Amino acid sequence: MNVKEGLLYSESHEWVKVEGKNAWIGISDHAQHALGSVVFIELPKIGALFKKGDAMGAVESVKAASDVYTPVSGKILDVNKALEGSPEMLNDDPYGAWIVKLELSNEAELKTLLNAKDYQPLCEE
Amino acid sequence: MHKYLPHTREDIEAMLKVTGASTTDDLFSSIPKKLRLTKPYNIPHQLSDEALTKHMKNLANQNQELIIFRGAGAYDHYTPSIVKAIISRQEFLTSYTPYQPEVAQGTLQYIFEYQTMVCELTGMDVSNASMYDGSTATAEAMFMAHAQTDMDTILVSETMNPRTIDVIKTYAHYRNLKVMIVPMKNGQTDLEAVERLIASKMGLIVQNPNYYGIIEDLCGFADVIHQAGGLFIINSEGQALSLVKTQGEYDADIACGDLQSLGLPLSFGGAYLGYLATKMKYVRKMPGRICGLTTDVDGKRAFVLTLQAREQHIRRAKANSNICSNQSLMALAVTVYLSAMGKEGLIKVANESMKGAHYLYHKLLQTKKFDVLFDQPFFKEFVLKAKFDVNAFEQACLKKGILGPLHLGEGKLLFAVTEKRTIEEMDQLVELVVNLA
Amino acid sequence: MKYYNTLIFELSKKDRIGYNIEERKLPEVAIPTHLLRNTKADLPEVSELDVVRHFTNVSQKNFGVENGFYPLGSCTMKYNPKINDELATLPGFANIHPLQPAQTIQGLLKIYYELQHMLSEISGLKAYSLNPFAGAHGELAGLMIIKAYHEKNRDFKRDKIIIPDSAHGTNPASATVCGFETIEIKSNPDGTVNLEALKAVLSDETAGLMLTNPNTAGVFEKDITEIARLVHEAGGLLYYDGANLNALVGKAKPGDMGFDITHINLHKTFSTPHGGGGPGSGPVGVCEKLVEFLPNPVVRKNDQGYYMDQAKDSIGALGLFYGNASVYLRAYVYILTFGQEHLSDIGPMAVLNANYIKDSLKDLFELPIDGHCLHEFVFDGLKDQSTGVKTLDLAKRLLDYGFHAPTVYFPLIFTQSMMIEPTEVESKETLDQFIAVMRKIVKESLETPDLVKTAPHNTIVRRLDEAKAARQPIVKFKDIK
Repeated sequence: MNVKEGLLYSESHEWVKVEGKNAWIGISDHAQHALGSVVFIELPKIGALFKKGDAMGAVESVKAASDVYTPVSGKILDVNKALEGSPEMLNDDPYGAWIVKLELSNEAELKTLLNAKDYQPLCEE
Repeated sequence: MHKYLPHTREDIEAMLKVTGASTTDDLFSSIPKKLRLTKPYNIPHQLSDEALTKHMKNLANQNQELIIFRGAGAYDHYTPSIVKAIISRQEFLTSYTPYQPEVAQGTLQYIFEYQTMVCELTGMDVSNASMYDGSTATAEAMFMAHAQTDMDTILVSETMNPRTIDVIKTYAHYRNLKVMIVPMKNGQTDLEAVERLIASKMGLIVQNPNYYGIIEDLCGFADVIHQAGGLFIINSEGQALSLVKTQGEYDADIACGDLQSLGLPLSFGGAYLGYLATKMKYVRKMPGRICGLTTDVDGKRAFVLTLQAREQHIRRAKANSNICSNQSLMALAVTVYLSAMGKEGLIKVANESMKGAHYLYHKLLQTKKFDVLFDQPFFKEFVLKAKFDVNAFEQACLKKGILGPLHLGEGKLLFAVTEKRTIEEMDQLVELVVNLA
Repeated sequence: MKYYNTLIFELSKKDRIGYNIEERKLPEVAIPTHLLRNTKADLPEVSELDVVRHFTNVSQKNFGVENGFYPLGSCTMKYNPKINDELATLPGFANIHPLQPAQTIQGLLKIYYELQHMLSEISGLKAYSLNPFAGAHGELAGLMIIKAYHEKNRDFKRDKIIIPDSAHGTNPASATVCGFETIEIKSNPDGTVNLEALKAVLSDETAGLMLTNPNTAGVFEKDITEIARLVHEAGGLLYYDGANLNALVGKAKPGDMGFDITHINLHKTFSTPHGGGGPGSGPVGVCEKLVEFLPNPVVRKNDQGYYMDQAKDSIGALGLFYGNASVYLRAYVYILTFGQEHLSDIGPMAVLNANYIKDSLKDLFELPIDGHCLHEFVFDGLKDQSTGVKTLDLAKRLLDYGFHAPTVYFPLIFTQSMMIEPTEVESKETLDQFIAVMRKIVKESLETPDLVKTAPHNTIVRRLDEAKAARQPIVKFKDIK
């Protein structure tokens, strides 16, 4: 499984790319592989507030449905609408196909996330 | 030995050897001895096929086949012979859920054709593969509205079949949802009352034609409900949809109801067929199986269950519904019926029911023994208030082999007429009224 | 099977008819046009022969129990006797309106009443309602009864249902529909309830525990008496999912094990046809203290005969009428075909068949649970995984040999689950054929794995593009471009 350097990861297989006070969130290569061909994504509303660990959306494949959890607390600034028409982007380019952009409300939470090296073993389970 | 148990003593011995057990009893060693049964069940003795046939015919004869003028959700329509013939084919009858689609294209195709026909009847974008019956389909429509709006109270029109309302209330109660009844006005759902009550509600459920047979005027309802952020749900029975304005034409969000009136026998109340159909934007909130079109690896057109991630076997506790087995074979029966009746035949047979009901209505009024309750357009059922002893009337009907109207209380009688009621039969019913003391 | 690729709508021709109805000389009815539909429903216009040929050809794209072996685990695909169909549809049953007065339906009420009793005797629960339309519906009824019971005792804190992770998806889904929170407990490796895990979650918020016994891996819960004691001690009720009842017919009763409520799947244990996905029937049975909670109506008997009544604390109505009558009529005939003389043979023969297959193939497959199984068992993939052939591939290859595949990827506690349930109706010869074919497929998996990985080859369509069907749903004829 491909684990991209320079990103932070949650134990539930989401990645976080920090950009100043904001964060881009998506799912890892391991996650998209486990799901299989993604057929649908349920995105949160712009402006919605979430706490770390909340389910903010869901991803569906032919055989499974999985919640997408936010690894950090914050307010949704933007969602990747392109995914609604082409959910398979999550399979083809998991690190490029961001799901939400959110404004961090508690930067200290970033310290609880894993770096690429520490996340790698979770993909081998 | 038994005709459904092929094992000979020789078979059993040979098989036990392979399993390493000395007796079949040993195979149950995981069941604690004190739980194991030591004697046969206290149930009736085995009957030979011949004795069993006699027994069932005897029981069948203890039920009276009547000339039926009663509806209220179950209608005495004619079932063409091809329906039973086709649903008796073992490939349809004995197979199960199409989880191996390569060997279940038959089931999947008829589900696709059924879905198509339900969408034609209702004017909706997508139908599922069936629900248990009209009342439970309506309760699940309520769950869809709840899932979509997050509101916890549903408005239900007082003009719905009270039994359907009971089922909605049962489902609502246990899921911590609330039901509020919208009072009727002159036999129809009162739009003004809806306007007053709709705020912060998940939506409104109405029945059309309603319990009293009245064809409701639902113009303007969708706007009122949508403006308040709710969903508009209309329950209509199958045959009526060939004539009355459809759920789609009323801009409803969910269509539900029962299709027993499309060729399914009365059969003491079951098996019937609930349907549920909706606009594409709500499809992910809709329960039940959905069949879709696709291709196989060789590019051949094929059918497959799709959008399964909505269902219980994947969502489990997060599912919106628990439905698994539905009424698939009855969906096939209705598909066959609608194929045979077709575009014109369905309208004709519905028209026969309607003509008959209006003939009877006028004839009954002429006896001067009834008061008009609602002066509203109706389909194949109507209510009249009797000026006589309704119990005596019911008994008089039964004596003549007739199942008279349903007594709704306070002398109100709900009559139903289908294409099967001849002019002679209707005149006979009128005679009985005339001859009442 | 024959590949037939025409939809009924594609056979349609304007002005062709398939009906024969009388248009009586009665006055036409004028209904205001704003109440009527604007356009006709676009239904087919075909002749009767078109309809019959079409559906005959469509049927030939299906595999049924009468084509061959259909070992779907947990579905109990037995033979559906013809005599059941014939007798259940006699005019004296088929032509009866559900709202006829009791005096005109004594035959039907008697059958309902007697079948309730037969199911009570077989399961050990005091009283039944035949009203639920399917197993999942019976589960819902059972859970509503649990909730009603606690509500009556003013025990409003009890909002949690405990369910093992090996359970069928309908269990937690039914709990959700009934307004409960599901607490999932991890099973032992053999799928049985882990007593420590159970004790850890039992509390005064426990409404009940839902169990299948034998469980979904075909293993009997040997600690069931202790489990029942623990749950009852905590103030909860014990629910029995009857999907696997076939194993126990003749050998044990859920009522004796401490279960308070059960549902039975008539379309499994009692041979009523599966119909491609229904109609089924899921009667719900209860112990003495819950009798007055049964859904309404209930059928009772007095000196005048049989009548319909309402249970005092009934959970309410679960359908417009009384369930799938045409289905439970079939179950009634089935039970009488066996009688007390032979019904008890069903469990032993079903269990013998399952063990015979298991022991004939366990050298080639991963058998996660040792020892005798009951009416079904699970293989967890091939012993030799070197060529990467998975359970899905094996299932598809079985289709090429004229067998229906077993249940795959359930229960979820094993990753390569293949659940095989032969039922008691299959002869040793059929089982031997199946075993021989399975051995052949394993050989193919090791020698020519690609053949298996791209199976099926001999069916009328091959592996389907399910992702496409979900991404661009085409769900009716007019969606086809």
